[in-house]
Amino acid sequence: MAALGSSQNPYDAIVVGGGHNGLTAAAYLARAGKKVLVLERRHLVGGAAVTEEKYPGFKYSVCSYVVSLLRPWIIRDLNLTQHGLRLVPLECSYTPQPDDAGLCRWADPDKNRREIQRLSRKDADNYPEFGKLMGKLARFAKPFIDEVAPDPTSLSPSDLWQLKKAGDRFKELGDDLAALQFKLTTMGGVDFLREFFESDQLIAPMSCSGIIGTMLGVNSPGTAYVLLHHYMGEIDGSSRAWGFPIGGTGAVSEAIASSARSFGAEIRCEAPIAKVRIAHGEATGVILENGDEIASRTVVSGCDPSLTFLRFVGEEHLPTDFATSLKRYKDRGSSGKVNLALDRFPEFKHRPGIGPHVMGDVAIAPSTDYLETAYDEAKYGTFSSRPFINVVFPSVLDPGMAPPGKHVMSCFVQYAPYDIATGPETWPEHREAFGDAVVDTLAEYMPTLKEDILHRQVLSPWDIQEEIGITEGNIFHGELGLEQLLFQRPTAGWARYKTPVRGLWLGSSGAHPGGGIMGSPGAMAVQEMLRLGAV
Amino acid sequence: MPRTTPFHSRTSALMESMAWKEWAGYAAACNFDAHSEREYFAIRQSAGLLDVTPLYKYDVTGPDAASFLSRVWTRDITKLKPGRVVYGCMCDGDGKVLDDGTITYLGEDAFRVTSSEPWLGWYSRHSRGMDVEIEDSTDRISALALQGPCSRDILRELTDCDLDSMRFFGTAAGKIAGADGRITRTGYTGDLGYELWMHNADAERVYDALLEAGKPYNMEPIGLDALDVSRIEAGFVLQGIDYICAQRCLIEARKSTPEEAGLGWTVNLDREGWIGRDALLREREVGPKWGLVGLELDWAELEELYDQYNLPPHLAPVACRSAVPVYSSGRSQVGQVTSSTWSPTLKKYLALGQVYAQHAKVGTKLKVEYTVEFERRTVTATVVKRPFFDPERKTFTPNAQPKEGA
Ligand SMILES: Cc1cc2nc3c(=O)[nH]c(=O)nc-3n(C[C@H](O)[C@H](O)[C@H](O)COP(=O)(O)OP(=O)(O)OC[C@H]3O[C@@H](n4cnc5c(N)ncnc54)[C@H](O)[C@@H]3O)c2cc1C
Repeated sequence: MAALGSSQNPYDAIVVGGGHNGLTAAAYLARAGKKVLVLERRHLVGGAAVTEEKYPGFKYSVCSYVVSLLRPWIIRDLNLTQHGLRLVPLECSYTPQPDDAGLCRWADPDKNRREIQRLSRKDADNYPEFGKLMGKLARFAKPFIDEVAPDPTSLSPSDLWQLKKAGDRFKELGDDLAALQFKLTTMGGVDFLREFFESDQLIAPMSCSGIIGTMLGVNSPGTAYVLLHHYMGEIDGSSRAWGFPIGGTGAVSEAIASSARSFGAEIRCEAPIAKVRIAHGEATGVILENGDEIASRTVVSGCDPSLTFLRFVGEEHLPTDFATSLKRYKDRGSSGKVNLALDRFPEFKHRPGIGPHVMGDVAIAPSTDYLETAYDEAKYGTFSSRPFINVVFPSVLDPGMAPPGKHVMSCFVQYAPYDIATGPETWPEHREAFGDAVVDTLAEYMPTLKEDILHRQVLSPWDIQEEIGITEGNIFHGELGLEQLLFQRPTAGWARYKTPVRGLWLGSSGAHPGGGIMGSPGAMAVQEMLRLGAV
Repeated sequence: MPRTTPFHSRTSALMESMAWKEWAGYAAACNFDAHSEREYFAIRQSAGLLDVTPLYKYDVTGPDAASFLSRVWTRDITKLKPGRVVYGCMCDGDGKVLDDGTITYLGEDAFRVTSSEPWLGWYSRHSRGMDVEIEDSTDRISALALQGPCSRDILRELTDCDLDSMRFFGTAAGKIAGADGRITRTGYTGDLGYELWMHNADAERVYDALLEAGKPYNMEPIGLDALDVSRIEAGFVLQGIDYICAQRCLIEARKSTPEEAGLGWTVNLDREGWIGRDALLREREVGPKWGLVGLELDWAELEELYDQYNLPPHLAPVACRSAVPVYSSGRSQVGQVTSSTWSPTLKKYLALGQVYAQHAKVGTKLKVEYTVEFERRTVTATVVKRPFFDPERKTFTPNAQPKEGA
């Protein structure tokens, strides 16, 4: 077959997958003067960060919908604001109750305090205290996410230095905080929060950030740690929770792609690869699904670890223990997405109007029992009939997302287990019933919702796998469980973007520091390649 | 004691923060909510509605109106065409800036001039013997600024003025929500935007109509705090902050020539017969002493600085107007920053300031004083081009060239 990319002058790197991490990797490679080609399977770049007009005039952030972890240094290095990146901070977090106004958590401390006081005066006092503690712990954790993961089994001086620095920081935390950090890593989210708060209406929505993207419940051990990630988000340099990208999350990918192109990277869409080409244990390029081969000195995968190693590489090219541990890697997607185009704004029964309360996210999480019950159903292989839903109204924050006066509504839904009882491939048969359950749930809070739906897009984890190309539809390319983080992501000993296949690098959410729109796996993979002179 | 503007019944009903401040003798809103962030983003993503009634307004009419204005302002108003507005500044006899503002063509021999200070005394003194009438219309005319990418769509529904062919710095008289008024495509945000001028009696009705028309676009009422951030992003100087009206200065050193106030581009020294020209011709020979610069602070350095105190970077939610010294790399003081802000759009820390002319070249690295934990430190800043933020939509006009004969 035709060998594109002449062998005399091959690419320095081919990036497989034009998700935001693949694009980030390409931008950093091109910025370093390397000849780079991105190959994306779909007709547009972005992966799980795409904006698509599925219904005329209405733009959906199809999968991911808010941004918090996108690293500020990447925004600067790649001049992303010049390439159109615009982030608007979310105003508040609203948790409606079926029978009353529910709770709004505001950015303004006084407003917030008054709101929480209605539930518990004690909790209102503890809330800022809690935020401060978590902020301190997040500061402790931050260097970990901005540096290559240390390897505790290594004796190299730089690893030891990194670990020592971590140790020093840990000491700086003081005994109380260190104890807290320990609790964080071992406790369930709800139990941890109960150490600070008494109101279940407050604890329930707070505990949700611990379960996002996992097949765990709010009471499951280890979920407390994931809460911390919520406090690591940075917008505008100050630690603040979440932002909405103008133009949807696809605009983030577009900005990164535009930056990559400005540095000279080449991006090709509708170019799915079948295999990483391997000769003598070394990656030498890729083989496209249409049979074309493209040569390159190195290959960077922007796809999830299972896809990368078990499909593109193949077990036969991998050391047995590596292959075994990858097969144990937990993808198990647990969430789905419902996007709605609406004829008018679906007002909340007990907080009507389009006010600041809907300029943030809305969590359908009325109680911890509600959340645990939702998990129970999923454990036995059905989607939750009354799920946890995280709603954002993109059109309220960016009028460009829908025609004037009309709206789009983005609903992130959990639980929708990939491994549904009748088998994952039967998801298409359950898809609309799942969509109905979501809309029915929401209608309990927004009574006019059903009348105004012009279009509905339902994505099960199966659909995320088939459409976006993420194994088992796991939103983070593998759970953000403690056992799959830091020096164990994707698997122990291989957390530094390098893989057992020479010349093949992993720069996706499946690499350290993990999932979410953050860009660091892509950026840090390239930094490591450059550092080692691999490209 | 500040007075209220004709919009007060409406703005005060919308305001939850009770944050008023004095602006030219009027009570003006700083922000409507606890913070101005949402208002800021409205300016950049949808639209913001701001009461700008306190601007000083003078309606200048009569056969000598244009030549009078051309004498007091740096601009040649005899050349100002129907349907156009021009921005300029005013100098004293020593060529030091008094004020800046806009001059709108209202009709034959009729103009409206805005400014940040009252100038009726100055105008009368310099119009002696001329056939011109100057009316202080400040208290008679109410004004609103509607700024942001959706402002045209919102306003289009309320007016018979042809907004789609109104160019940047264009103007037209017409109906606004049924009331007689005037629209100018001007503003202080560096974005697509309009300013609306109307009789006081129509103020409330126009405001109500705009609020309603703005709803589908999530328009927000905005206050001066949000405006301040956007005007710094747009690189606009503010009289009283970035330069000081020469008449208000007690010492010479505080006065600025147009060049020194960043307004040199509004001056045409080849044109004769305007106040300040002779002095500025002399300045041209020796060069200005100061330069007005846009500065970008090094964020990574700022973060490191905070990190030394074990703190995350702390950003004030509003623009900062307290002046701080600027140093050359050689550590001698070479000027001062007069306004600074975090730009939520550009994700950069921006500043405006004056430095000695030899340090004002784009690309020059300077040090700006920055206080963390009560300790005075410095952060590297680079001189960059203004405006910092300059979206295409600011000047884009859908029907820029109406068809011939149309
Ligand atoms: C429903 C959902 C909601 C989410 N919500 C949020 C959120 O609100 N905030 C947040 O921060 N994160 C969220 N996430 C997580 C976040 O979106 C992902 O972690 C992140 O976008 C993954 O980026 P990536 O570049 O690593 O991989 P991906 O975006 O998965 O990119 C992989 C790319 O590889 C391509 N590809 C696959 N196979 C091939 C092939 N054979 N050849 C070539 N290309 C191929 C795919 O088409 C895709 O473009 C969400 C994810 C999902 C699915």
